[in-house]
Amino acid sequence: MAETAQMTTDAPVEMKVSDEVAIRIENMNKWYGSFHVLRDIDLTVHRGERIVIAGPSGSGKSTLIRCINALEEHQKGRIEVDGTLLSSDIKNIDTIRSEVGMVFQHFNLFPHLTILENCTLAPIWVRKTPKKEAEETAMHFLRKVKIPDQAHKYPGQLSGGQQQRVAIARSLCMRPRIMLFDEPTSALDPEMIKEVLDTMVELAEEGMTMLCVTHEMGFAQAVANRVIFMDQGQIVEQNEPKEFFNNPQNERTKLFLSQILGH
Amino acid sequence: MSDMHEHSVAYVRDSMLEQQPAPVTETGLVKWTRTNLFSTIPNTILTLVALYALIWLIWSVFPWFANGVWDASSIRDCREMLQGQTGGCFAVLAERWNQLLFGFQYPSELYWRPALAFILLFVAIAPVLFFQYLPSKMLVFTALYPFLAYFLIWGGSILAPIFAMVGLAAGYLVYQRFVAKSFAMGFFGGVIVALVALWILTSIPVDGILAMQQVESRQIGGFMLNLILGTVCVSLSIPIGIALALGRQSSLPIIKWICVVFIEFIRGVPLITLLFVANVVLAYFLPPGSNFDLIIRVIIMITAFASAYIAEVIRGGLAALPRGQYEAADSLGLDYAQAMRLIILPQALKISIPGIVNVAVGLFKDTTLVSIISMFDLVGMIRGPILASTEWNGVYWELWAFAAALFFVVCFGISKYSQWLERQLTTDHR
Repeated sequence: MAETAQMTTDAPVEMKVSDEVAIRIENMNKWYGSFHVLRDIDLTVHRGERIVIAGPSGSGKSTLIRCINALEEHQKGRIEVDGTLLSSDIKNIDTIRSEVGMVFQHFNLFPHLTILENCTLAPIWVRKTPKKEAEETAMHFLRKVKIPDQAHKYPGQLSGGQQQRVAIARSLCMRPRIMLFDEPTSALDPEMIKEVLDTMVELAEEGMTMLCVTHEMGFAQAVANRVIFMDQGQIVEQNEPKEFFNNPQNERTKLFLSQILGH
Repeated sequence: MSDMHEHSVAYVRDSMLEQQPAPVTETGLVKWTRTNLFSTIPNTILTLVALYALIWLIWSVFPWFANGVWDASSIRDCREMLQGQTGGCFAVLAERWNQLLFGFQYPSELYWRPALAFILLFVAIAPVLFFQYLPSKMLVFTALYPFLAYFLIWGGSILAPIFAMVGLAAGYLVYQRFVAKSFAMGFFGGVIVALVALWILTSIPVDGILAMQQVESRQIGGFMLNLILGTVCVSLSIPIGIALALGRQSSLPIIKWICVVFIEFIRGVPLITLLFVANVVLAYFLPPGSNFDLIIRVIIMITAFASAYIAEVIRGGLAALPRGQYEAADSLGLDYAQAMRLIILPQALKISIPGIVNVAVGLFKDTTLVSIISMFDLVGMIRGPILASTEWNGVYWELWAFAAALFFVVCFGISKYSQWLERQLTTDHR
């Protein structure tokens, strides 16, 4: 964990949080059958905020962020993204999904399309961007994640770290206002974690609103302006990273931190 | 340096070696033979036995071909000319080739029409089969081809296929117009408009206007009939199979159950039964006096049969895709139709290619079953008019070998194409 903390700049990223609300979740509950996965979640995310969600496995962190772009349905409560209420209306869901980028643990690139096609597909079909313009945008973001030279290869020919950076570029091509990261580095070899985290830090520095489920506590300390700790489907503790790591209040948080940082 | 010289094992080459060939036993044919045919004693024995069987086969079949009689008017002529020697009586093929290919009732002066339709078939399917290499504009011809082929083979007024085309085009335009709002609205609107347009247009009498000589469906036979049934049914059953497979996965319970019942029912019934239904029973369900072509009835049944199987093959392909592909497509804001068309189906269909080809090849061979409901396809022609004739009664080997060869060429071609396509679509581990 210490290395990942060092690789980012020592000075915390400058905060550019506005008062504008990006995501508002009120009293949200979700069940898988009779299993109560998420219980009374209340969370307000402001524009430009970078939130890291931590917690033991099965605590509902992934489910929470997957509810935000309706990959999972919630059964009670309300979720409002960018002023749009998330209901069962397909139009609303598609609007929200095109505004919210998502990066998955297993990259989920489209293996039958080249890297460039992966990046231009959604802009062309969802945003109706002309092909040429979409390709320019894609190359811009591929340069940003430092793999423009792989544009004409297929995902299967890239390393895990490269694939995850392509996945980030693919999301950015839709010019999203919010980015969700679902354990983006958990499926990567240790030496590839850094290149992906570097890309995420750069994104944070540009003021992107980010929600990030991760076990990279170094990343949390360097980039997040709020850390949320979840256990058993509930938000147990949330605080600024400094306070969160140095002075955890809840017993469960203390135990988790001692286990994750103690090795 | 000089004092070190005593202990050193220094060596200076003063002439370079020329390149030499590897030993004869380790290269080329000799090595290949040694490693592949005679590597061990059991392998040597197997090789010799196989070689013996092969030579024996050629030895016995070759004279049959070489002594074959190509010019005779009946099997008795053949036997006289052979005078007891081994030899095939291929004269039956030379004399009856037209019946084998076109059936015994198709007017012989019109053979050029189906022949032209057959040649154009290659032009029409080329942009579909080789979509990576041919311009997509060629698909316009593919879209026109069914109407053109109908006109060439059946003849009659050119207005009939043009009206059919107009009706379908009207349906497609309605679909295009409304699909952006809602897929269901576009789809059903399009189908209804197409049906209404077809109903109105077909009630216009077109007899004799810009007409070629008309050929009735019952006059169509021979291998041409197999090719018509095979081509039409394969090209219809793949899209219907895709729709059924997607329908079976649908979250809408009614659509899902319709698809499940259809697939399970059709798969549980022998094709022969369906063909008898097409031949006899279907007439009871049609309005009296309606003249519903037997070929169309058979096409409906074979298509239904094949599409149920293709649906299950594609369902396997869909199930093999990781959930992450659906989620990634969703998370980018693609709607259902886009996600299916751009992400899910290209991958699922690629996985399903071997299975689809399996069904397609099986379907093509199953078209010979129509001989049982007294249609004179290639098998029907051989069993019926040719073997029953006094001239050629008893010429089994030559005729059935010819039928087998025709089917083999087509099916082997399909199989080779599918293997090539699979290699083309491989994008991982390159």
